[in-house]
Amino acid sequence: MKAVIVGCGRVGAGLADELDRAGWQVLILDITSAAFDRLPASFGGTALRGDGTDEDTLRRAGAEHADLFLAATEGDNRNVMAAQLGQEALDAKRVIAKINDPVRADAYAHLGVATLCRTNLMTTAVLEFLGQATGNRPGIYPPEARHAHAAAMPHSKSDAGTTSAARAADAEE
Amino acid sequence: MFVLVVGGGKVGYYLTKELINSGHEVVLMEKDRRRAEAITEEIGSVVISQDGCEGKYLREAGANRADIVAAVTGDDEDNLVICQMAKHHFDVPRTIARVNNPKNEALFRHLGVDEIISPTRMILGSIEQDIPVHELLHLAALGVGELEIIEAHLQPGSPAIGRLAGDLTMPAGCSLFGVIRNGTPTPLRSDTMLAEGDKVIAIGRPDCEEELRGQLIGDHTEG
Repeated sequence: MKAVIVGCGRVGAGLADELDRAGWQVLILDITSAAFDRLPASFGGTALRGDGTDEDTLRRAGAEHADLFLAATEGDNRNVMAAQLGQEALDAKRVIAKINDPVRADAYAHLGVATLCRTNLMTTAVLEFLGQATGNRPGIYPPEARHAHAAAMPHSKSDAGTTSAARAADAEE
Repeated sequence: MFVLVVGGGKVGYYLTKELINSGHEVVLMEKDRRRAEAITEEIGSVVISQDGCEGKYLREAGANRADIVAAVTGDDEDNLVICQMAKHHFDVPRTIARVNNPKNEALFRHLGVDEIISPTRMILGSIEQDIPVHELLHLAALGVGELEIIEAHLQPGSPAIGRLAGDLTMPAGCSLFGVIRNGTPTPLRSDTMLAEGDKVIAIGRPDCEEELRGQLIGDHTEG
């Protein structure tokens, strides 16, 4: 199994290590080489300095046909772009983008990218800890449609204004 | 026309100004507060100092009734997200993105951005027109179907010289439609005899380029 991870933060580095130890072939990219200090000395995958939103860089790094393509940089939009490159240009089987804005996380799930929303995960965790109702805040939005050629998303104009955006107002960090 | 411009750098600023001058309704989103204030001082209260990548603020800016959303920030990934949110979340009929890395053009188009403006590509095209190269020149991209307008300058060694245009076998999806000879453009007919120095203009898909190059430029080595 082959994993490509863009962004060597705590989540990226942690998952890279876990998958490496589970026997996956792991490629991890970050724009700063200092980020790779987060990887343990035992890490047996490939760590490469480079821009994971640049198609040429990804191809040179051999990021094609991955079983998992995880975009976990600090920037929501960089993750969106990297994940869609993985899905549309690099033929990744499963793609996950970390998107902290719940509106965007929901929107991109409708466009076929599984999205991981820290805002929702943490809000839910705190509410659970307090013993309060957590509401519907998925930590991972599963992909709901195939990308690009899927026509408009199931949101109508008015819907876009009320449900998702209102949820964002509730759950903003 | 109601136009929502996202990104208040030089491009966004002048674009907003020009659009207002031509009588359009415009809202400009610029997340940097100081930059937003400076623009407001100059052209009035059309500026919203919020991040145009966030769905919540796009809605507040009126994205759901915008005729056009133009994403002109300096970051390709932001421009992509702005256009996708506008298109899929707010049903904006026309989205325009500035793209800095020419490699991203195909992805943006594939992901449904209606119009792509690439300053890098434009300047590159302009430079290519000034220097003689044994290459095809890309004059312009047509919005529909990924078609391009391509120019081939017939130089000594071109296999097309001395042949009738009708005798050339063109790949499917590519069509020759004009020739510029001594600065005069004429339509290309099947009985047009091609000559050295002709500039042949074609419309075609990018995947036809290889064949087109073989027919019109020939097998040159640079220099």
